[in-house]
Amino acid sequence: MRIHPRYVQYGAVTILWGATVITLMILIFIIVFILEKGLPVLSLNFLTSNPEDLGRSGGIFPTLLGTVILPLLAIIIATPLGIFTSVYLTEYTKETKATKVIRFGTDCLAGIPSIIFGLFGYIFFVVTLGMGWSILSGGLTLAVMVLPRIIRTSEEAIKAVPKSYREVSFSLGATKWQTVKKVILPNALPGIVTGIMLSIGRSIGETAAVIFTAGSSLRIPSSLFDSTRTMAVHFYILAREGISAENAYGTAATLIIAVLMVNLSAYWLMNRFIAKRS
Amino acid sequence: MNIKFHIENLNFYFNKNKVLKEINLDIPSNKILGIIGPSSSGKTTFLRALNRMNDLESGSQMEGLILLDDKDIYQQDYDVVGLRKKVGMVFAMPVPLPMSIYENIVYGPRLSGINDRKRLDVLVEKSLTAAYLWDEVKDRLKTSAMRLSGGQQQRLCLARVLAMEPDVILLDEPCSGLDPISTSKIEDALAELKKEYTIILVTNNTKQAARVSDNTAFFLMGDLIEIGKTSQLFTAPNKTETSDYITGRFG
Repeated sequence: MRIHPRYVQYGAVTILWGATVITLMILIFIIVFILEKGLPVLSLNFLTSNPEDLGRSGGIFPTLLGTVILPLLAIIIATPLGIFTSVYLTEYTKETKATKVIRFGTDCLAGIPSIIFGLFGYIFFVVTLGMGWSILSGGLTLAVMVLPRIIRTSEEAIKAVPKSYREVSFSLGATKWQTVKKVILPNALPGIVTGIMLSIGRSIGETAAVIFTAGSSLRIPSSLFDSTRTMAVHFYILAREGISAENAYGTAATLIIAVLMVNLSAYWLMNRFIAKRS
Repeated sequence: MNIKFHIENLNFYFNKNKVLKEINLDIPSNKILGIIGPSSSGKTTFLRALNRMNDLESGSQMEGLILLDDKDIYQQDYDVVGLRKKVGMVFAMPVPLPMSIYENIVYGPRLSGINDRKRLDVLVEKSLTAAYLWDEVKDRLKTSAMRLSGGQQQRLCLARVLAMEPDVILLDEPCSGLDPISTSKIEDALAELKKEYTIILVTNNTKQAARVSDNTAFFLMGDLIEIGKTSQLFTAPNKTETSDYITGRFG
């Protein structure tokens, strides 16, 4: 028997709606669960004081610092490298076997588990280059880890810029670099920023690659060559070694709020930028 | 009569397909040359050979000679960027860049290193006026060019080309997507502009060529069938293909 298209339509809408609701519920559940356990611990004092007794009591100030510095360093290193590479691959090379191999390589690299990057960072930056467990080793390792994603998302964003914009720019006497600078990058920016935001999120939440390379010192670092501990690593150690479930959730709540704030401010900036141009 | 472009034995290929065959033609300065012909007759390829925009396509290959002011524009060390500043182009679809009206106009001049605000202001007013757009946009130069109507966008594209102060303006079916009023504004602008510029107008609309061009060339399947004074070509064409086309028997 043939089902009337109207009922099929109802069915389709219900399934799509249901999937969206389930996704949202999972997200809300996680956030509520963490905040419920973590918020009671949170206070200004918790954020600004040093941990005592390995984190059993006291605050999380040094890990807050580590969580800002490490991803920041990683993004500062990876962003220009990633954007320049993607511009080169999309605008300055013809699509050949070689570019396909490079693209396949970056895709593979993006899928490698972070602990492998941690191991690589440990062997290369910490030991071979003698940087030790330090902010520098950790930042470089995270940079290597997020680079493939920045390259791929930037590439997609650049490819999505209409070909006609390039033609117009060239026809007005622009060189390739002028076209890249004045037309392609500004129009690809929303996509590029999305890639960077995802990368920041991934670096903030990273543990395996960080423990291996930046260590887990709870002291306040005084230079790039000092070891540090991020909130994610702090949470991992507190929970894994049963030091303090309470403070672990406090850290997790801070982490979630930090990531939300980073994302919200990025969206706000982005919308302002887009509104200005259209 | 000054010759702007001298074209000799021009052949053009895309991936070994011959799209222009043995084209020989002189284009005089300060006149409008209309190019008519059915689609895929090579009109656009010919136009884009004149500012080397075809170079951007992969698999394009050119044979023959194109002289602009007696200089071979396909010579190895010829400055292509400089060529495109001298030979401006308006495309079939209006493509404003996603920036303000003002920034669109000064895009070309800025590339040439003009940054003086007063000079740019003068250029903007002059070129928008010449493109019959100034009165409509003078109070909102800072708003996005994307908000203009299609007809306004195409006049903006013309003004953007004029702001580069080129010698030659190439127009590739500039009115194909426009209403009759916008079309007539562009045609009025062209009639004024030929005093200062050499204009080459590719059009699918034979009546438009008859209205605005001084000379008309008829292309068919990559051949230049006939070229002559517009008045003569439309009243007493030499070739039967030409008369068939302009009387609407095909194409």
